[in-house]
Amino acid sequence: MSGATLRPVLRRVAAGLLVLWIAATAAYLALLAAPGDIVDSIVGEGPDTPEIRAEIMREWGLDRPALVQYLDYLWRLAGGDLGRSYLLQRPVAEVIGEQVGPTFTLAAAAAALGVLLALLAALTTAGPRRPWLRRGVSTVELVLVSTPAFLIGIVLLSVLSFRFGLFPVSGDQGLAALVLPAVTLALPIAGLLAQVLRDSLDRALEEPFVLTARARGVVERVVLLRHVLRHALLPVVTLAGWQFSLLIGSTIIVEQVFGRPGLGQVVLNAVTSGDMPVVLAVVTLSAAVYVAVNTLADLAYLLVDPRLRRS
Amino acid sequence: MAGPLVDVADLHVDFAAPGGRTVAAVRGVDLTVEAGECVAIVGESGSGKSVTARTLVGLAGPTATVRAARLDLAGVDVRGHRPRDWRRIRGRVAGLVLQDALVSLDPLRTVGAEIDEVLRTHDIASRRERPARVTRLLTEVHVPEPELRARQYPHQLSGGLRQRALIASAIAGEPSLLIADEPTTALDVTVQAQVLRLLAERRAAGSALLLISHDLAVVARLADRVLVMRAGEVVEQGPPRQLLHAPRHPYTRQLLDAVPSASSRGRRLATPARLSVECTVPALRRIALPTRTAAADDPVIEADGLVKRYGSREVVRGVSITVGRGETVGLVGESGSGKTTVAQLLFGLLPADAGTVRFAGQPWSGVPERRRRPLRRRLQLISQDPLGSFDPRYRVERIVAENLDRPAGRAQRRDRVAELLDRVGLGPDVLDRHPRQLSGGQRQRVAIARAIACRPALIICDEPVSALDVSVQAHVLDLLADIQAADGTALLFISHDLGVVHHLSDRVLVMHDGAVVEQGPVGDVFTHPRHDYTRSLLAALPTLTAVG
Amino acid sequence: MTVTLPESPGLLAPALTSTPARPARRRGVRPGLVVAGAYLALVLLAAAWPELIAPGDPLAADPLRVLAPPDATHWFGTDHLGRDVWTRVVHGARHSLAIGAAATGIAVTAGVLVGLLAGLAHRLADEALSRSLDALSAFPMLLLALLFIAIVGPGTASLTIAIGIALLPHLARVVRAQTLLVRRAGYVEQAVAFGLSRPRLVLRHVLPNVVGPIPVLAVIGLGDAILAASGLSFLGMGPQPPSPEWGAMLSEGRNYLRVAWWGTILPGVAVTLTVISLTVLGRRLQRRFDGRED
Repeated sequence: MSGATLRPVLRRVAAGLLVLWIAATAAYLALLAAPGDIVDSIVGEGPDTPEIRAEIMREWGLDRPALVQYLDYLWRLAGGDLGRSYLLQRPVAEVIGEQVGPTFTLAAAAAALGVLLALLAALTTAGPRRPWLRRGVSTVELVLVSTPAFLIGIVLLSVLSFRFGLFPVSGDQGLAALVLPAVTLALPIAGLLAQVLRDSLDRALEEPFVLTARARGVVERVVLLRHVLRHALLPVVTLAGWQFSLLIGSTIIVEQVFGRPGLGQVVLNAVTSGDMPVVLAVVTLSAAVYVAVNTLADLAYLLVDPRLRRS
Repeated sequence: MAGPLVDVADLHVDFAAPGGRTVAAVRGVDLTVEAGECVAIVGESGSGKSVTARTLVGLAGPTATVRAARLDLAGVDVRGHRPRDWRRIRGRVAGLVLQDALVSLDPLRTVGAEIDEVLRTHDIASRRERPARVTRLLTEVHVPEPELRARQYPHQLSGGLRQRALIASAIAGEPSLLIADEPTTALDVTVQAQVLRLLAERRAAGSALLLISHDLAVVARLADRVLVMRAGEVVEQGPPRQLLHAPRHPYTRQLLDAVPSASSRGRRLATPARLSVECTVPALRRIALPTRTAAADDPVIEADGLVKRYGSREVVRGVSITVGRGETVGLVGESGSGKTTVAQLLFGLLPADAGTVRFAGQPWSGVPERRRRPLRRRLQLISQDPLGSFDPRYRVERIVAENLDRPAGRAQRRDRVAELLDRVGLGPDVLDRHPRQLSGGQRQRVAIARAIACRPALIICDEPVSALDVSVQAHVLDLLADIQAADGTALLFISHDLGVVHHLSDRVLVMHDGAVVEQGPVGDVFTHPRHDYTRSLLAALPTLTAVG
Repeated sequence: MTVTLPESPGLLAPALTSTPARPARRRGVRPGLVVAGAYLALVLLAAAWPELIAPGDPLAADPLRVLAPPDATHWFGTDHLGRDVWTRVVHGARHSLAIGAAATGIAVTAGVLVGLLAGLAHRLADEALSRSLDALSAFPMLLLALLFIAIVGPGTASLTIAIGIALLPHLARVVRAQTLLVRRAGYVEQAVAFGLSRPRLVLRHVLPNVVGPIPVLAVIGLGDAILAASGLSFLGMGPQPPSPEWGAMLSEGRNYLRVAWWGTILPGVAVTLTVISLTVLGRRLQRRFDGRED
């Protein structure tokens, strides 16, 4: 990669870091905005004397100037220290670390499946061929996009697990337990992606270079895969971010439907008990992953579209 | 081969339109192209010329229905060909070149990959031989540094190189017929001349050519035969010499009369249909334009030493320009010459980095917009894209009324707008129409009506007719001349089209690379150009008179 | 402007990517639109006068008829407390619709203000606002809402505001993009020639053209809001029992899914049909707005 192409890459990475910093600061402000005194939250139901309060103040560094606390927070965050849980009195990183595995597995499986289904649906129905199939698939997509993810999960669960016993009802044991939650999460994603992808495939099919390619005698399937798909993917890559935040949200809900362990349980417990460091850690973590995903999407853009490589 | 390469008789192409209707795009066209022959189809938009050409490679589109008494390509009846059969013809028997290679070559693939695709699809050369073949093809179309260019993307090439690369990909399968659909339309005249020369070379090398163009002058020098199409039918055909000097069909006559050039100065371009039918002698069809008075020594706008920079790049380099009262000044230049930037500097949309503008005797540049506002309506702008210059929520009445002196009563205002529309040749029925529902020519008339609503001293016209068909262009140019004569409005006419400028202007300025390289009375500059650039421009210009 | 984050948000994206290249659909009434309109009318009626459609009391429990399947007296069956599911679904329309509408109202109002400000402001201010929006949208919508609820506690009001905030960045970005587009449009440039002052130019040509597509966005945003609200109240963050809100009903009914699917599936279908109808209507409005139809 030459210097000229490196610059737009660096610019995008820098922009991502900037957004991350603003997000971290916002999370910090949210912590301050939380109702009740932080010391109260930590003390909880335990013994409460002025000495203990002072001890807590010192131990948690709350006696230092606000700016120092903020900088300290940023510094620790950069080092991967997400703070301590008020409730569990353990480092948040540890609490999350135990649960991030199943959630990540589920989200990754769902994302891969969703993209695959969307590609399949859009490629077979793009363009003026097969109008009936197209109408049918579009309707299915509309229903999937408009249905709450947990409802899809509940329907799948009651039909496939309760009625036919094909899949386990809950838990995270093995691949079989992953199938239904992953499908549940993948379906709305596939619906949305397929809609956008088909729209942009249709538009790319109208481009003059497609006519040129056909005029060379290229087979229609090759025209679609070699020329049209790459153009159509660009707007879809841009959607990756939104898809991702949709995915995180639905993962939390779907984990509840299927009784799976994971970040969903952690964050819901933290929300109901007011354990702000844990809530904020999960939120900040997903913001970080979001920024990473989007920066990668941007870089993918650069890879696919040579026109953007000039800064 | 015995018969002609292309042999088409009674070709009909219908398109399925919304609501179950069908639109007949081609109605009974006969067309033959002999091996090695160059045939041109000329027509305005909607004439069916492109559809005819695309039907020959089976690419009229999914909603098209093709019927013909005979449709033979290289001696093979292609009626009822299935996609697989067509693929053997495309690129191998007939190659297709479209306009504007920036979008006709896949922008995400290298030029080399695009050319290679033809070789790969038709198994013309082995994987190892193909890179060398690509290089050779690029060399054949005179692309310098072919190895380097093959690795580049279309956007990295200049317009001329891109178009040549597109031609290289069309000839890679060594087709005996090359179909070129508006191959030079988006190009500057000098580049256009190079591409035409390249096409002539292909023909000399034995390839048959089918040229599709809206411009008679472009194809006249190259074609053995020209077909003139209108509304899906061929109205006249023959050798270019006959068509140009003794046109038999009134439509051909109208088309020829409508072309602005040096010889059309002082006369109307649009001839009434009745005259075209009755008079076969061109001189008798000429109607003089009204005379007008221009005062070059009484300037409406004076610009001195204008400079505009973007970053370190100077797009306008010390341009001085004056337009006198009632005068028409032409500003010609190719794309990227900075002529539109000059228009924006004069109009006051952009601040100049150096230089001054005075308008109507007042300082115009370097003063706050507040000070310019009282004079604003003395200076109007007409752009190439009238639709974009209309508020999308407005109907025609409101668009024009916005430039009227207010406040007038509602009914009175409507009458005034109707009057203005009448002056530009539009009936009161368009008052309540949306500009989207109007044709390109009608839209430009609305833009003109709006511009003259406040009786401006100067109208800056930035490529006002370049998006229009030649017969529509003729009407709009006549209209501008009429208005100028009646109102004494000065015009600054910016165009890439030397013919249009020659037809209309008193004085002309030639811009190149951000600077004015030559200026003077239009006759002097165009007949005795002093600057090399002007000379090359004029030499590249395809003209109707040059033939025969 | 860098392209770190997508200009067009997901669910709103189909509404934004106007496709002039696509041929206009055929005219005339399409059955889908009629069905969607009729259903929405029914939901609105249920929200305004639920007694007209379901005269019973949504909270009235009949301990003798618990988890009864749908029949002639209980069209949608009964739930675990013997409450009539049909009555609860009808009465729940008001809750769900109110939450969705209020959240959309918050998001649209704030989004338009922020977006306009960013679009019209000086480059630096625009940059600051856009980056903040980027950061705000870096938080997944559901987590943002959960965070807000963690700070102020669960309940209908906090749920509504949380969803409003979560929808805000997308709307603001849409409005900003539209503002920039209009600001650079040929007709705004041209309006300088009419001698309009800047405030008048903004009022007459910029604002109306920016505001134009907002009803469309609001309709589609309403669907998103209802969807998000159902998810959050499913997690128990919204209206508390025994309120007949659709998401809350889903959450309650889930425990009896094995024996009484109707208590969960039927309220779910109500949500889904509402969102589908809003999407169909929104797209139709969008097409009309783009001038692709009529």
